Amino acid sequence: MARLAVIKTYKLYVGGAFPRSESGRTYQVRDEKGTLMANAALASRKDARNAVVAARAGFGRWSGATPYNRGQVLYRIAEMMEARRSELVDLIVSSRGLSAAQARSEVDASIDRVVHFAGWTDKLPAVFGGANAVSGPYFSYSAPEPCGVVAVAAPDESPLLPLVSVVLPALAAGNSVVVVASEADPCVAVTFAEILATSDVPAGVVNVLTGRHGEIMPWLASHADVDGLDLTGVPAAERQQLEVAAAQTVTRVHAPHRAPDFTATPGTARMRAFLETKTVWHPVGAVSLTGGSSY
Amino acid sequence: MSATPTASTPSAPTPSAPVPASSADLRVSLGLTATDGAALRSFLHGLPAVDPVGLEARAAQLASRSIKKDTKRALIDLAISMVDLTTLEGADTPGKVRALCRKGIAPDREHPDTPSVAAICVYPDRVATAVEVLKGTGIKVASVATAFPAGRSSLEVKVADTRLAVDAGADEIDMVIDRAAFLAGDYSTVFEQIAAVKDACGGARLKVILETGELGTYDNVRRASWLALLAGGDFIKTSTGKIAPAATLPVTQVMLQAVRDLHDLTGVQRAVKPAGGIRTTKDAIAYLVLVHEVAGPQWLDPHWFRFGASGVVNDLVMQRRTQRDGHYSGARYVSVD
Repeated sequence: MARLAVIKTYKLYVGGAFPRSESGRTYQVRDEKGTLMANAALASRKDARNAVVAARAGFGRWSGATPYNRGQVLYRIAEMMEARRSELVDLIVSSRGLSAAQARSEVDASIDRVVHFAGWTDKLPAVFGGANAVSGPYFSYSAPEPCGVVAVAAPDESPLLPLVSVVLPALAAGNSVVVVASEADPCVAVTFAEILATSDVPAGVVNVLTGRHGEIMPWLASHADVDGLDLTGVPAAERQQLEVAAAQTVTRVHAPHRAPDFTATPGTARMRAFLETKTVWHPVGAVSLTGGSSY
Repeated sequence: MSATPTASTPSAPTPSAPVPASSADLRVSLGLTATDGAALRSFLHGLPAVDPVGLEARAAQLASRSIKKDTKRALIDLAISMVDLTTLEGADTPGKVRALCRKGIAPDREHPDTPSVAAICVYPDRVATAVEVLKGTGIKVASVATAFPAGRSSLEVKVADTRLAVDAGADEIDMVIDRAAFLAGDYSTVFEQIAAVKDACGGARLKVILETGELGTYDNVRRASWLALLAGGDFIKTSTGKIAPAATLPVTQVMLQAVRDLHDLTGVQRAVKPAGGIRTTKDAIAYLVLVHEVAGPQWLDPHWFRFGASGVVNDLVMQRRTQRDGHYSGARYVSVD
């Protein structure tokens, strides 16, 4: 007798837990051939609101951790992805109809991408900050700091590598993230969330919503408690409205003009986009009238 | 007992006798002529038992009611105007109390049409500071008294504590009952302490804190509610906020039933104040639905219903802005308390 398939219901990932949508809605995810593959939660604006609250709570802990520790945690993500490699490959094969070899190479590239950004965390202060040469009796020092909660629309072109490539740089910079997964392909994103949940990433640091970009993104863009907005996954025609909403609440926007090539070596632009530079001026040297010591 | 409180079945809305003027008249109209332990016990144990399953199901059902748009906006404003904005910490400096009073006057400085809160609730030695800031604003000053929060002291000390607050200008006194005496079945001690503190209050309204988290059963909550009402409490209040669980919807529902029954039987209206654990707008609106459905619309007034809380004001202000501005706000945009 044929065995009845167990269809998985993929849920949201908010605050370290896997809740259903507050609205109770789900949608069906179909594979390349149109067969029912799984059910996924259809997130509402209130799920987005809850995710931002969770991300704000997670931000304190993540940004307060040492860069060295953040690097270790990100590396741990790569270790856990390696352990679930075959599951990720199978999912990509069934959802996108890729060959096993193509899917394997996407998963490998994604794991390498995670390791790449894990190495960046403790180098950011040296690369983007340091002492500034100023003319005057001051010691001037700049230090990059994470900007806060970053909302990301995940790109659609393939399920895993673009997702990793947009989420990891924001994390490496010390931000917490609310990511709206690709609508057609939420299974890989939620599996990635399951990996995050088991890899020492503190609760709330990454929150994954599944559903319609058009429904959720406007609320994230206008949310006053969102500090950064990554519109890489939003088609150019739909960006303007989101950028206007983001500007109303003074939110940084990263919206690359050209479609990024995620297979190429990543630059630093995505980390820089969600870093703020704090500069400190400290008086030094002789400032007394005698020209000597001020003591 | 000539008239038995019925709790779950509505009684005749208009009592035939005139509304009792004093607590003694009130007791007589309910058939309670003596206030010794035996008389109180027979009255309180004669109250109908609470069905906990039905109670919790009803509270949960009312809490799930969807409130949207104009109704939500109106209820947010009503909830803000019902808050007893509270600070009860050992570290309450006069500066902190002044800051809290100013927040109570204008909970959202960016939107001056936001209503003020109902009262500021502080410890007795901070009443004078609050009175000074709130002069002329119409906001009441409430003070906890009677060896708050444990209530473990002599009656003389409790009365003196109350006088300290009243003399400093408190409009409302929040007393705690002696839970140990109540749980030991010594109802007359609890009754006499409430009556003595009510006496010491003079013109101030008395809120009687039952500390429902320590009472154990809904039946005890019902008995304590009636005991407090019979002894002259103007408000019955759930909790000190220092014990978990603090206010819950089912417990508040039992207390609202008690005041409604009292009103149905005698025409006397008394107030209810849940305190502690009310943190979000959603919580506050669920309580208001409960008030409307269990007690009645005439209780939807800051004189008859209050929230003992501090953090909920920020959430109400944020929700008010969300309704008004069309986008979500964040905790960084409201005051830190």
